[in-house]
Amino acid sequence: MPGTNGAASTGKPAGGKRPSDSVPSATLIKWLRDMIMIREFENQCAQAYQQAKIGGFCHLYIGQEALAVGTINSLNPDDPIVTAYRDHGHALARGMSARACMAEMFGKTAGCAKGKGGSMHMFDKPNWNFGGHGIVGAQTPLGAGLAFAARYEWEVMKKGVDGGPGKKKVALSYLGDGALNQGALHEAMNLAGLWDIPVIFVVENNRYSMGTAIERGTTMAHDLPAKGRAYGIEALTIDGLDILNIYDHFKPLVDRCRETQRPAFVDLLTYRYQGHSMSDPQKYRAKDEVEMFKKRDSIALLEQHLLTERKAISEADVDKIVAECKAIAADSVQFAESTPAPSPEELYSDVYANPMANLSPTREYVEGEKNPLL
Amino acid sequence: MPQMTLVQAINNALDTEMARDERVVCLGEDVGLNGGVFRVTEGLQKKYGPDRVIDTPLSESGIMGSSIGLAMAGQRPIPEIQFEGFMGPAYDQLVNHAARFRNRTRGAITVPLTVRVPWGGGIHAPEFHSDSPEAIYVHNPGLKVLCPCTPYDAKGMLLSAIRDPDPVIFFEPKRVYRSFREEVPEGDYTVPIGKAKVVAEGTDVTVISWGAMVFQCLEALDGLPEDLSVELIDLRTIHPLDFDTICESVTKTGRAVIVQEAPKTCSMASELSAILMEKCFLHLQAPVQRVCGFDTVMPYAKLELQYLPDAPRIAEAIKQVVAY
Repeated sequence: MPGTNGAASTGKPAGGKRPSDSVPSATLIKWLRDMIMIREFENQCAQAYQQAKIGGFCHLYIGQEALAVGTINSLNPDDPIVTAYRDHGHALARGMSARACMAEMFGKTAGCAKGKGGSMHMFDKPNWNFGGHGIVGAQTPLGAGLAFAARYEWEVMKKGVDGGPGKKKVALSYLGDGALNQGALHEAMNLAGLWDIPVIFVVENNRYSMGTAIERGTTMAHDLPAKGRAYGIEALTIDGLDILNIYDHFKPLVDRCRETQRPAFVDLLTYRYQGHSMSDPQKYRAKDEVEMFKKRDSIALLEQHLLTERKAISEADVDKIVAECKAIAADSVQFAESTPAPSPEELYSDVYANPMANLSPTREYVEGEKNPLL
Repeated sequence: MPQMTLVQAINNALDTEMARDERVVCLGEDVGLNGGVFRVTEGLQKKYGPDRVIDTPLSESGIMGSSIGLAMAGQRPIPEIQFEGFMGPAYDQLVNHAARFRNRTRGAITVPLTVRVPWGGGIHAPEFHSDSPEAIYVHNPGLKVLCPCTPYDAKGMLLSAIRDPDPVIFFEPKRVYRSFREEVPEGDYTVPIGKAKVVAEGTDVTVISWGAMVFQCLEALDGLPEDLSVELIDLRTIHPLDFDTICESVTKTGRAVIVQEAPKTCSMASELSAILMEKCFLHLQAPVQRVCGFDTVMPYAKLELQYLPDAPRIAEAIKQVVAY
């Protein structure tokens, strides 16, 4: 595959049977649907952004869909995750509705964070999604802390903080390849290796940190697992365009980390078709390169598998799924447009738990006579 | 009732809360085996084990970030940052994460975190080990900032901080750690966040301070003429400020002197004098004055006492304000 170095884990493991062979076709069809949903959602985001309906910045996940869907489906539903700012895919794959996600993009109250977070800050606590985060690399120690908390629950408290049973969990801490160069990651990996924290650092290696190719910004770009090994952490490279391959290699890793309560580091090779953000001139790569990767498109790969190898689905079925996802994505835009913007009281609510005395008189100004000399 | 130093009172508060709440874990550099650089956590690892009193590497961003992750998951972590100057590497986590998650998630994800930080000068240490960065953290919405200076207040306010649903920075004035003892109850009690304390009542001028400077102010008061009546306020909580106590006092006295260790420009003293201007203007008999550290880098041992406000400087300022 393009961009795969010799060490990437691809193909059938020894023994012949692949873990993904035992995944029922119905589940694979659900994964296909999830990936198509992300792509159609992102297409709508791009359009809405160009129409200036989405404020700030917008980083699209198109091309990387297999990664979020494959890794998240290797987890239990109550394993915590954190990710960086390219986070719409993870939010949808983890069960957030397209409506809540799009409303958040639009800054509306029906958004997952009531329109406060925006594109980079998709939070969904009921689905154990502890957020997209805008500061590159800074989310990685949070993932270590979430895993630490889970381990503390089952090992020390012997119960969950919510009163339920403590159990062995694994946290995923996603990061882009640009975050490899941030100090916070290295502190988090050292702590995880030192303390046996069951967190998996998942590098979504799409080869570019903004406009800088990985080998221009990162040492050992040809062997990123060396960075994990340096902290005593099991590390591997996985071809991340083929979702079956992700599952074949990532699911056993998750199971191992859950059992041993040890961390891991994964270099997942992927590719983004769009620019870093919506305003990226993309001078750093050739069009040919993008076209080359599109020939190994992750959605097409799974589609082919279901059509030809499993014979579990027809072309008409695929068309139907695409049409349904397009409709859901379009509906999410309509919904986001029609739902209300936050009321002015959101300016001063939720800064602290309780209304705190003697802050600047935002409430008095907003709700009162608009006297600037308050 | 036992007599305790500030160090002992803070240790006792941690012990009290760790016994009461299993979610509480202490983590930091040398807090376990060694009991912390100032021995504040002495004995806690022996009592509660290495799973709850955790020695960390020298890794402030990692300590703070993983503590925030713990808090997001519902635990009650208490990281110790060894010296206030070492908050630099943790600043990103504190300000961009801890302070903002409640707001960013509209209350869905919160960070009940208490960061303990030995703070301020007066122990003959160089910069990074003697600074007073409180205003930086007050300036960032979402954090609460405390700086008690007596053992009784420290224990009660630390218990309030740990039980607070929001992130709290708990500054501990190093200079006071072992400077005196007072009676501190062994059991559970709290001192509320956001309430200043009138240390000495008076009618001619209000002196506002916090941390170790409170004791320099007390010393200054001792040297003033008998007929000069000074009201001394210990803020205890830097954020949120107790407007009521401050303004009531200055409304009565008509004069105010603010004393702090931090450099003068853009500091808590600046904020306090602005508040007094806005709220007590018609009662003021003289300009509010600030006695502060200088706008320079915290000096090393030999120049430290020339940098930090002391009793003569404070007394002179009080006299000038009264004579205005």
